[in-house]
Amino acid sequence: MSNETRLQAFLSEAGELSRFAARFVSQCLRPRYEVAEFIRQCYIIGYQSLPLVGLTGFIMGLVLTLQLRPSMVDYGVESQLPAIVGIAIVREIGPVITALIFAGKIGSSIGAELGSMKVTEQIDAMEVSGTNPFKYLVVTRVMAAICMLPILSVLSDAISLYGAYLGVNVRGATSFHLFWVEVVDSLAFNDVLPAFIKTFFFGFAVGIIGCFKGYNSKKGTEGVGHSANSAVVLSSVVIFILDLLAVQITDLLGFN
Amino acid sequence: MASSEPVMKISHLYKSFGNNHVLNDFNFELYKGENVVVLGKSGSGKSVLIKCIIGLLKPDQGTIEVFDQCINDMDDADLDKVRARVGFLFQSNALYDSMTVRENLEFPLRRHWMEVSQEEVNQMVTEALEDVGLAHTIDMMPVELSGGMRKRIALARTLILKPDIILYDEPTTGLDSITGSEIISLMIEIKKKYNTSSLIISHDMNCVRRASDRVVVLYDGTCYATGTYTSLQNHTDPKVKQFFEQDFKQ
Ligand SMILES: Nc1ncnc2c1ncn2[C@@H]1O[C@H](COP(=O)(O)OP(=O)(O)O)[C@@H](O)[C@H]1O
Ligand SMILES: [Mg+2]
Repeated sequence: MSNETRLQAFLSEAGELSRFAARFVSQCLRPRYEVAEFIRQCYIIGYQSLPLVGLTGFIMGLVLTLQLRPSMVDYGVESQLPAIVGIAIVREIGPVITALIFAGKIGSSIGAELGSMKVTEQIDAMEVSGTNPFKYLVVTRVMAAICMLPILSVLSDAISLYGAYLGVNVRGATSFHLFWVEVVDSLAFNDVLPAFIKTFFFGFAVGIIGCFKGYNSKKGTEGVGHSANSAVVLSSVVIFILDLLAVQITDLLGFN
Repeated sequence: MASSEPVMKISHLYKSFGNNHVLNDFNFELYKGENVVVLGKSGSGKSVLIKCIIGLLKPDQGTIEVFDQCINDMDDADLDKVRARVGFLFQSNALYDSMTVRENLEFPLRRHWMEVSQEEVNQMVTEALEDVGLAHTIDMMPVELSGGMRKRIALARTLILKPDIILYDEPTTGLDSITGSEIISLMIEIKKKYNTSSLIISHDMNCVRRASDRVVVLYDGTCYATGTYTSLQNHTDPKVKQFFEQDFKQ
């Protein structure tokens, strides 16, 4: 492919994705609301991701602390360890790592599921069975991703901080209570709120890209694999881009 | 056996994808209680034709009337009412992988008529499964079934709403000839039992011979020839003949 056609393909894909997102917005406002399916998706997307998100969060918190500790000791600011780790986890690492794990698990499974439904005509079958497949499949999944990622992210922050506590406490120096007080003291409203808000956008990105890739899957098993794969790649990149935008916007608004 | 009132009427249907002109002035009528087979080569636009009939694809030009209602410009609510009376058997069965056989069959019922009671649903599911001889699979998942069984379950799901018209997209493709024959017998039985009209898309000559009251040859996007199986068999046009000659070779 020449560079020009590649650019064209990229732009047309971006246009299609925006139209897909606009369709999501217009469809999710109008009845009928697929409440039962939404709840089922929340369970699958949220609850079933919890062990993975918890485990990775825990390890991140622990490892981050252990890695930072020697430098902090060198500079003689070991006592600042809880505050530094707390800020790093809550502002950046918690939301982003959770979103990336979420993209890997949920983005790919939505892409593969909708992709195989598309190629085996299940989406058409829903449509002829009195169901709007966009509402039933896409709106429910994207809404569930938007609602679940922030919750997962908060839980992951908490587990991560517990991991960090264990990391700080390898020498048995700090009580959990003291650690917690130091973390909470170091965190301001301006650290917590923007980080929380951006996870809604991360959730939206993972959900909508997974659905977009699956819904427009090409025929054949290769098409399904490709949908799953490109859903993860694209949503991971988009998470970083959104993260960059978020930090700029919070800067502009003076939350820093 | 076929009465004189058409249940479906297609006039001057055109559909193209870019420069690929799939349907060019296709005209067709389906009468009550009639089984019509649309015969055409792979890629000739057979699936496109029935997807237009059920409203999954929008035709570029022409009208499609089902039960004297033109479906071209219908809104979703009216289209759903028509769809509830028209069954569609997909080429790839389109069973929902994540649902059991029971849930698959309940899906169109719950979606089309919200006010059906649980007992009625159970009874309709059982009856549809008995029609296809697979009552024992009710709690199985689609992946646990063989190709022929999946086709039957898909047929049961189509039957559950007691449609007046059934559209079959290559019902025997991908099945071995014995299983294919069983599906054809089932289609004939269903037609007798419920007096449905069927539009069957196929290039399986065994299916055409056994299931058709009338055959339509789809060629170049038009209704190229029409007639009974025997009349077309003796047709002199090579484009019609090729289907029947292929039959002898097999
Ligand atoms: N959604 C679509 N977009 C573009 N082209 C399509 C689409 N669906 C079908 N076609 C084209 O229409 C032609 C007829 O396809 P189809 O009706 O599936 O053939 P068949 O007679 O084997 O069922 C093929 O050339 C196919 O490439
Ligand atoms: Mg086809």
